[in-house]
Amino acid sequence: MLGAFTLLLVFQLVGEVLVHLTRLPVPGPVVGMLLLFVSLVARGAVPQWLRDTCQGLLSHLSLLFVPAGVGVLLHFQRLGAEWLPIAVALVASTVITIGVTALVMRALQK
Amino acid sequence: MSGKFTEIWVYLAATPLLGLTVTLLAYQGAYWIYAKAKMNPLANPVAIAVAALVALLWFTDTPYPVYFEGAQFVHFLLGTATVALAVPLYANLDTLKKNLVPLGGALLAGSIVAAVSAVGIAWALGASRETLLSLAPKSVTAPIAMGVAEKIGGLPSLTAVLVVCTGILGAVLARGTLNVLRIQDHAVRGFAVGVAAHGIGTARAFQVSERMGAFAGLAMGLNGLLTAFLFPLLLRLWPG
Repeated sequence: MLGAFTLLLVFQLVGEVLVHLTRLPVPGPVVGMLLLFVSLVARGAVPQWLRDTCQGLLSHLSLLFVPAGVGVLLHFQRLGAEWLPIAVALVASTVITIGVTALVMRALQK
Repeated sequence: MSGKFTEIWVYLAATPLLGLTVTLLAYQGAYWIYAKAKMNPLANPVAIAVAALVALLWFTDTPYPVYFEGAQFVHFLLGTATVALAVPLYANLDTLKKNLVPLGGALLAGSIVAAVSAVGIAWALGASRETLLSLAPKSVTAPIAMGVAEKIGGLPSLTAVLVVCTGILGAVLARGTLNVLRIQDHAVRGFAVGVAAHGIGTARAFQVSERMGAFAGLAMGLNGLLTAFLFPLLLRLWPG
């Protein structure tokens, strides 16, 4: 578990460094994820120890955005002033996105 | 609040221990409620935990930065979890290879429509620029969405809340939307939910079938990658 965790941190660190050096406007961890993905493709398999740790970490993924979510209290004023555009945009956009994605996929399957 | 309690609270609030402990307690309590509600998306554990913690901070007059002193240890793991998403993405590699054209096309269309429709509607109704930028990555899994929001000039903590709301909406509205369109294939249903509603939609899809869940999970990973690379570039074209 410690080895897997260290490996994830190393990929994250390499991602951050690359983003910093290349000034890519992409989050560092996403570059780390892509590098790990490419390494797995090159290797042809996921080692069991890595799979276990990642599953453990991802099974509690939703816990990880609680601290940031609590930050909503910094935005009460904004939400109070802009609740209508935000609410309409979220509901309509979610329905439209589900519909468009499904229709395009079905059309391309034929 | 009684004087004694206030005194102890003030003492504890000065250490990271309290912020970290209440975060874990709130989440586990919320998860217990979610399980009791038979994993109904309306009882989303993140929404419940956030509401409970906001109420706690408000009643105890604790400033957010004081709470975050402790909660940052949980928050830090978001980046690491993003890297870990490579593993489930790799597990779905065969599915991706076999369906490259329909999945690629649907992903591109869904990803762009998700952002453009949300930003367009909110803009038409008069939302501010910061709100629009925070709204753009709302269909992507939270760790990536927050990273993107930060890169493009949105407010990551507002994005976190919008992402959770989108996930809940997607999980609740998917069935009706897809039924109206008469889409029956679980692969298509799953992929659409994954593009629109990331992890919360994926969790919902896994409750319906393994196949639907796998396609949703694949959609979540691909949409995260695409959004992270595409959006900051697209925004450079947007006159500010």
